[in-house]
Amino acid sequence: MTTVYVPRDTTALALEADAVAERLQTGAAHRGQPVDLVRNGSRGLFWLEPLVEVDTPDGRMAYGPVTPDDVPGLLDAGMLGGQPDHPLCQGLTESIPYLRDQQRLTFARTGVIDPVSLEDYRASGGWQGLEAALAMAPEAIVDAVTESGLRGRGGAAFPAGTKWRTVLEADPERPGSHWSGQKFIACNADEGDAGTFADRMLMEGDPYCLIEGMVIAGLAVGATRGFIYLRSEYPNAAGILNEALQRAESAGYLGESVCGSGRAFHLSVRLGAGAYICGEETSMLDSLEGKRGMVRVKPPLPAHRGLFGQPTVINNVLTLASVPFILREGARSYADYGMGRSRGTQPFQLAGNIARGGLVELAFGVTLRTLLEDFGGGTASGARMRAVQVGGPLGSYLPESHWDEPMDYEGFSEVGGMIGHGGIVVFDESVDMAAQARFAMHFCEDESCGKCTPCRIGAVRGVEVIDRIIANQERDTNLTLLDDLCETMEQGSLCAMGGMTPNPVRSALQHFPEDFQRPAPTAHAGGG
Amino acid sequence: MTDLEAITRRAIDDWVDEPGALLPILHAIQDQLGYIPPSSVPRIARALNMTRADVHGVMSFYHEFRSEPAGRHVLQICGAEACQARGCRELEAHTQQRLGVGYHQTTLDGDITLEQVYCLGNCATGPSVRLDDRIIGRVTPQRMDRLLDGIATVPLTIQPAGGEG
Ligand SMILES: Cc1cc2nc3c(=O)[nH]c(=O)nc-3n(C[C@H](O)[C@H](O)[C@H](O)COP(=O)(O)O)c2cc1C
Ligand code: SF4
Ligand code: FES
Repeated sequence: MTTVYVPRDTTALALEADAVAERLQTGAAHRGQPVDLVRNGSRGLFWLEPLVEVDTPDGRMAYGPVTPDDVPGLLDAGMLGGQPDHPLCQGLTESIPYLRDQQRLTFARTGVIDPVSLEDYRASGGWQGLEAALAMAPEAIVDAVTESGLRGRGGAAFPAGTKWRTVLEADPERPGSHWSGQKFIACNADEGDAGTFADRMLMEGDPYCLIEGMVIAGLAVGATRGFIYLRSEYPNAAGILNEALQRAESAGYLGESVCGSGRAFHLSVRLGAGAYICGEETSMLDSLEGKRGMVRVKPPLPAHRGLFGQPTVINNVLTLASVPFILREGARSYADYGMGRSRGTQPFQLAGNIARGGLVELAFGVTLRTLLEDFGGGTASGARMRAVQVGGPLGSYLPESHWDEPMDYEGFSEVGGMIGHGGIVVFDESVDMAAQARFAMHFCEDESCGKCTPCRIGAVRGVEVIDRIIANQERDTNLTLLDDLCETMEQGSLCAMGGMTPNPVRSALQHFPEDFQRPAPTAHAGGG
Repeated sequence: MTDLEAITRRAIDDWVDEPGALLPILHAIQDQLGYIPPSSVPRIARALNMTRADVHGVMSFYHEFRSEPAGRHVLQICGAEACQARGCRELEAHTQQRLGVGYHQTTLDGDITLEQVYCLGNCATGPSVRLDDRIIGRVTPQRMDRLLDGIATVPLTIQPAGGEG
């Protein structure tokens, strides 16, 4: 029987992959050619989704983007035999330049295997990192992560090995506390930045990779319990993760005795409830504890006093999912990629108004222009690309003059950029940058945890001041006011929500001042 | 015992022994009822040794929890940057006009509650919307019309005698 792959990734499903799968199965059966249908994750070539692949002796042939109505024609054209004579045929998947030119370490398996199949996972090198870790002393696991140079992929880029060492060495004894002696691994899967979907893609396409990374983290620091804090906006990821957790537990990769080692690791998924700030790590801890997600003052560090007051490793999905590769292939193999102090690969995410949106995993050091042009293929609208926001809602808007810097953590920040979680949101020339600056303040107003005045009140004032600037009311005074306001937020905020909201605002003003100098509209000035 | 009480009790029983049980309990109730009935708050508070004010504080902090019933369907439109770049502001205006409601409102026929959401993780093929648990990409105003027509043409299901709505 021919094996056919139709992804069950959110983006594929959002473009009718289920209907495609159904039409394929009935159409093929009708023709007397029943198929073995695998619901894989996505390869991350989102402009080609739903991307249907067919197993052939030469490799997997790709067809996309396939709508349900394309299916009969594709079957007629011999798709099940891997025939290339159809306009939707993209050739062998692995030779599509977008994929071929990437360096997929963390995402090597995503889109290739059946995400919940333990056999597929094992057959593609799964659990080998864990097996290596089980034979190592905790210090040696931490050393490997340190030597790999892996830094946090959630935004702050803190060295993972340093964090793990702090938790390994932390004393978990809290006489009198219910949780005394316990350490935790908390995976941050809140993925709140607009324009990012790498965590989701990995959890939907290769959930065991995250699970394996978390078990290794547990072994490394002596934690026997883990949580995945998943945003509730990801119902599909929740379903796949929970299924994977159950299967991993039944197969003995989780539970009282991981792989029969006698060492325990229990893992569960917890859902957020629509609050951007709960992606901030201490706010996430409060949320996991069943409270409002208020940002905590540091110190104490979560590594010393984290979840329920106990030593806790908090890492992003991608950080933890990079660990199995490091343990399996060795720290050097990972550190060989990258530049400067940014080692390994970064899964960049091309989003917004881009012709070829998707996931591009590459060693640090690639330029924005390469990503936007060679991979992204320009805007989806065909209009000129005007602004790019990198690193989420707290990242700067960059004009074309800033697209040639190699992207590593340090170098990119010198030009006012921030890699953050690797999201890249593209806008064409129809964008109104004053509206984008206003939105940044509005978003902060909506999502602030409310703990500090500069953030809570500053954002509200920020929206008002930008409205007055747009309406041409006392421009100069209000521009000065906005500058002061940004400075107050930068200086007086406890976390990056308030502290970095000025980034998109200031960069919009600096690089696109003409958008703030429109003649005053005649009526309803600045409303809304 | 009403359904509502049974659901609350069940949610509490399922989670009360787990650490940080409040959010999972609220989710479990809202998943089944579409909202958290005010009458369940004192029960939750008692079970978790919290005050009612604490429970209310948590419910109001998170955008997702509702204390009033929602429509038969919840429609969320992504309003975040990547979808802005693909025209979600127009989509939002079109949808609000067509449904005659703003965000956090329910259509008069009780069919649809409209909400805004910041990012559904479908940022390369926006504008994105979520209809109940289904995420849909590249939603133009025309596509939204077809989607809404689809909802409106679903015949009302006739409840068996004695069934709850
Ligand atoms: C406002 C705000 C939102 C954040 N959102 C996320 C998020 O959604 N996911 C994430 O992994 N980190 C997020 N972070 C960063 C976390 O605080 C933390 O640095 C990270 O989870 C640590 O893991 P890492 O070292 O593996 O990156 C956010 C930070 C701030 C200030
Ligand atoms: S800066 Fe804003 S979000 Fe961060 S702690 Fe202060 S009020 Fe909360
Ligand atoms: S920004 Fe709309 S789905 Fe991510």
